[in-house]
Amino acid sequence: MTLTKGKALRFVFGETVAELAETDPRIVVLDGDLGSSTGAYIFEQAHPDRFFQMGIAEQNLLGVAAGMATVGFVPFVSTFACFAVARALDSIRVLIAQPRLNVKITGGYAGLLAGMTGKTHLMFDDVAVMRALANMVVVAPADEVEARQAIRAIVDYQGPVYLRLTRQDSPIVFDDSYRFELGKSTILREGEDVTVFSTGVQTTRAYEAALLLADDGIEVHLVHVPTIKPLDEGGIVAAARRTGFVVTTEDHTIIGGLGGAVAEVLSDRYPVPVKRHGLADTFGESGPDDALLDKYGISVEKTAAAIKALVRDRGKSGGTATRVAVEAAPDTPGRPGVTDKE
Amino acid sequence: MSKQTTVAGPEVTELEDLARRARAHIVRTIAGAHGGHLGGPLSVIDLLIALYFRVLNIRPDEPDWPDRDRCVLSKGHSSIALYTTLAMRGYFPIEELGTFDAIDSRLQGHPDMTATPGIDMSSGSLGLGFSGALGIAMGARAAGKDFTTYAVLGDGECNEGIVWEAAHAAQRYALDNIVAIVDHNKLQQFGWHGDTLDHRLSPYTGSQLVDRWSAFGWKVFEMDGHDIGDVLATVARARDHVGGPVAVISHTIKGKGISFMENNYQWHARVPTAEELAQALAELGATPAGGRS
Ligand SMILES: Cc1ncc(C[n+]2csc(CCOP(=O)(O)OP(=O)(O)O)c2C)c(N)n1
Repeated sequence: MTLTKGKALRFVFGETVAELAETDPRIVVLDGDLGSSTGAYIFEQAHPDRFFQMGIAEQNLLGVAAGMATVGFVPFVSTFACFAVARALDSIRVLIAQPRLNVKITGGYAGLLAGMTGKTHLMFDDVAVMRALANMVVVAPADEVEARQAIRAIVDYQGPVYLRLTRQDSPIVFDDSYRFELGKSTILREGEDVTVFSTGVQTTRAYEAALLLADDGIEVHLVHVPTIKPLDEGGIVAAARRTGFVVTTEDHTIIGGLGGAVAEVLSDRYPVPVKRHGLADTFGESGPDDALLDKYGISVEKTAAAIKALVRDRGKSGGTATRVAVEAAPDTPGRPGVTDKE
Repeated sequence: MSKQTTVAGPEVTELEDLARRARAHIVRTIAGAHGGHLGGPLSVIDLLIALYFRVLNIRPDEPDWPDRDRCVLSKGHSSIALYTTLAMRGYFPIEELGTFDAIDSRLQGHPDMTATPGIDMSSGSLGLGFSGALGIAMGARAAGKDFTTYAVLGDGECNEGIVWEAAHAAQRYALDNIVAIVDHNKLQQFGWHGDTLDHRLSPYTGSQLVDRWSAFGWKVFEMDGHDIGDVLATVARARDHVGGPVAVISHTIKGKGISFMENNYQWHARVPTAEELAQALAELGATPAGGRS
């Protein structure tokens, strides 16, 4: 069984922000010459006077957003995740995070699937970087249903937010009864064998992986964590307690993303084995989506296989999150970032 | 003291033919890969063919020859134009273009100096390549080497602050072993709009680019980037200039050579349909398979 097809989060972003701007005059969009890719063009069509093209100049783009926030606007900054987070980090740190200004930074084309662009554009350490900034809220929606609600929620929230957006169409995992709440995780499936935490669009793959695993007799307790900061510590501890064995999975490196965040909380509050599944300590490469998901180990099948192997070896490893080693050496690019596997 | 100007190689008419064939490779490759850029590669290809066949002092069979001239495609999203040129120049087989953007390929979406022979500096995040090129030129001077470093930038790329940070430093050190060539095709990816939202404007108009580079202390030449004779003459002048850095503003047309792509921002990075590919190849006098009609 597979999930039904849904919209790419970049278009949900353009549509939702345009819609919210109908009734909220504070909303403006600032583009870094990528509006035709990021979905920001939808906003330009709806509100040309509130769309500001800032050219290919990301440090200034983020700085200008900070300034506009001080005069009461709610600026949405739109560019690719790599350029927002990597190129403009000092602007974000000094002008947005430190003064805690009300800027919503959207990182388009985040993760592994960035339209065959290669390592310059593949940004899968963005969550680690943004999560490390004090005052920053980090949100990674799973599908269009959640993205729509999350965008509303971050407009209602006063303060800096990093919103992770993706390029490709993503399946729908939530129905209309779902209610997104900033800072809360949500249980997608109950099970007794292993607790799996996932975030962003990887949750759709984790969900399908859990269905495959159920056929194999492994019942996954699947928890989606759309807000990576602030983390739902209570929800994380409760879900870990449920099975006593935790796997995290994400379209992000296994260094400092959701896996890191979960490991930090559990090592403090409820030490149980935590295994991080995600992308290896590498930069990636160009390629078609399916080939990338497969090679880098986060396709539905590879995710299921990784979880299965970790559950099987559960007794053997006996470790805690702190003894997990990153296996992928620079000479083995693309080695899936599964920890503690033979 | 005059430096060597051009290297021996094909005549202008032959270069024009090479450029025409390169355009066909570019369009075919992007269609086959279902991804990549077209507008920028088509505007810059005449320049790259001229550089790699007649200007750069290079050894395709020895890509890392330490005394070679360097060329950094700072507008790295036009990688397919560079790969095509390198393949035609003998750095790797032309068939390898078929692996562009495929998994495990040496031909990455943006130039990767660790993957492809002939790439002097990784690029793809706009502005950075130029900064790296400046470092090569400064290193060459410090090491007492007399090769020349060429950097090819986009006009939209000139939005980036780092371009001007590097321009300032080059002038400060009066470097005359670096040539910046700006592919002024009058469009960026999305940019500012004109009277309608569909009408996207040039990032710089009139003499704005010339004025900016001049103001930063660079000697500035202009050329028609689709006139290979003009390209060879102007780049040679730029290379021979002594006492400070030279910028060449290369006037070009985005999507040049394929009627329906020319001056249309939507062809910045669009994949042609089968019909569009056929029409493009027909306009270039080429066939889908790569032969000549
Ligand atoms: C730092 C950075 N920001 C944004 C991009 C995305 N991007 C790729 S090409 C492009 C437009 C480039 O315009 P120009 O330099 O004029 O190139 P050309 O028109 O020759 O393709 C943009 C914004 C990028 N590659 N790097």
